[in-house]
Amino acid sequence: MSLTDRSATDLIAALRNGEITAVACTEAFLTRIEATNPTLNAFLSVNGEGALAEAARIDAARAAGKPLGPLAGLPVAVKDVLCTTDQPTTCASKMLRGFRPPYDADVVRRLREADAVLIGKTNMDEFAMGGSNENSAYGLVRNPWDLDRAPGGSSGGSAAAIAADMAPLAIGSDTGGSIRQPAGLCGITGLKPTYGRVSRRGLVAFSSSLDQIGPMARSAADCSLLLQAIAGHDPGDSTSLAVAVPNYTAELDKPLNGLRIGRVAAHFGPGLDPEVAEHVEATFTAYEAAGATIHEVELPHAAHGVPTYYLIAPSEASSNLARYDGAHYGHRWDGSRPPDDGGMADFDSPLVEMYCRSRAEGFGPEVKRRIMLGTYALSAGYYEAYYAKALRVRRLIRQDFLDAFEQVDLIGGPVSATPAFKLGEKTENPVAMYLVDLYTVGTNLAGIGGISFPCGFTAGGLPVGFQLQGPALSEPLLLRAAHQYQQTTDWHHRRTAALPA
Amino acid sequence: MPAESSPEPSLTPADVKKVALLGRLALSGAELKNLTAELSQIVGFVSQLAAVDTDAVEPLAHPLDAQNVFREDEPAASLPTSEALRSAPRQDGECFLVPAVLGDSGSA
Repeated sequence: MSLTDRSATDLIAALRNGEITAVACTEAFLTRIEATNPTLNAFLSVNGEGALAEAARIDAARAAGKPLGPLAGLPVAVKDVLCTTDQPTTCASKMLRGFRPPYDADVVRRLREADAVLIGKTNMDEFAMGGSNENSAYGLVRNPWDLDRAPGGSSGGSAAAIAADMAPLAIGSDTGGSIRQPAGLCGITGLKPTYGRVSRRGLVAFSSSLDQIGPMARSAADCSLLLQAIAGHDPGDSTSLAVAVPNYTAELDKPLNGLRIGRVAAHFGPGLDPEVAEHVEATFTAYEAAGATIHEVELPHAAHGVPTYYLIAPSEASSNLARYDGAHYGHRWDGSRPPDDGGMADFDSPLVEMYCRSRAEGFGPEVKRRIMLGTYALSAGYYEAYYAKALRVRRLIRQDFLDAFEQVDLIGGPVSATPAFKLGEKTENPVAMYLVDLYTVGTNLAGIGGISFPCGFTAGGLPVGFQLQGPALSEPLLLRAAHQYQQTTDWHHRRTAALPA
Repeated sequence: MPAESSPEPSLTPADVKKVALLGRLALSGAELKNLTAELSQIVGFVSQLAAVDTDAVEPLAHPLDAQNVFREDEPAASLPTSEALRSAPRQDGECFLVPAVLGDSGSA
């Protein structure tokens, strides 16, 4: 077995007992990135020299018997939406080409403290807006299982990197499904923690009441290692929870006897691909065999999740992205007027013209669409009908989950209605693209936790994902339920044949 | 039905131009045309929420229970000026430089 095929759990043990060095481990993944990134475009920047220097420092510290962090010597890929002082932070946008933040994200600080080796920054939909990774200003990402298909998004680069063995662990962020959906489409495991479990300081803000950072890896056991390193209270994020962090690996091996899993009949509507439905139903059966019981539950307002999300997230985004003004950092208009200027009336002042033109040049089409939609939804005369209305429906959606968790411990179901779709298939129709978030947005609107992991493959060889959603701070149970399933299945060990071994 | 519960979903190019200025985006003629159609479609889609009965429901702006987080008001280190200015497209060592804040558009 080559080094890059091994699990994070296994590699950490091998690093600790001296079987391998951090330099050898880092070199193996850098070699793999070099071989596959030209095809996949999963990384926007690779921290080759920096990673090797860090690995050498860790090897020397270990040789000298110095205490090391829990991830010592293990390469970790970070989605390019987290601030890193030593690597570019672009959010896959022309607006931030070459930007070097003046501080590290809290999650990045924690990874450094854990002695992880930060191996590079992964591709994504621009500013995390998208479900296919086709909205990156630096080129799309290909799904390692079928190079003509999308890896999902917005954390498509992190998902593809794990699926292609370019890194053993990766950081993603999830605003409406951006960890779980690409995890499902790429056949890996991804966890969206409870809102506030992981600090958002230094996560470039998209939708502040929905954004959450989480781990992506092959297995739930590997995800638990990464969550352990990044979870916890941060005085620098007033929305981070001042609640003790449990040991996420301690209870993974506890059996599932008596676990109550909810099944929502409405998840199995006409839009669900029959092969996906078949694997999802088989997963419920597997949970029954493992000692869990399955119960029908209802989420009566779930059908309103996508329109609710597509009012709240763009509204918050239009406010958050106001900071890109061409003055403080990021792209600035050079003063030359474009040939096609037909979309604007007058600007109010030279300053406003600079703002408008810098942003027009720096942002891609989907980011502009969402700024426009959010600005419209918040504007005078529409605020109550759109934004405030969506906030009221959001409360109903959250209450549905609270009611369901009175009856069951977790809710299971599909993470996506279809397996990975073809590149270009949905790019012409924004609403069709938004509907890929059908099964995932509720978790974010309610602020609860969710995990996605592979539960089978289609006849055409594409991975199918299963999602479990749990109450606030149920991460130990979500990870345990996924881990127990992975003890009796090998979907998460499968490797793609579309890339060189 | 009252206007606020049944918004008119179809946007005109004039509406889109107004929103673009509010959102600080200079649109090309082609973008104006595309966005007028796309935003009309998206606004039509999200307008289905008007059918949900929310008369007795308070807005939920944030998933955590409403809370204020206070800290002691103590002086602490902040970014040095040179660091804060490091990524600025135009600066003079002390300030960010921008075009005229008042007056007609016409010079950058």
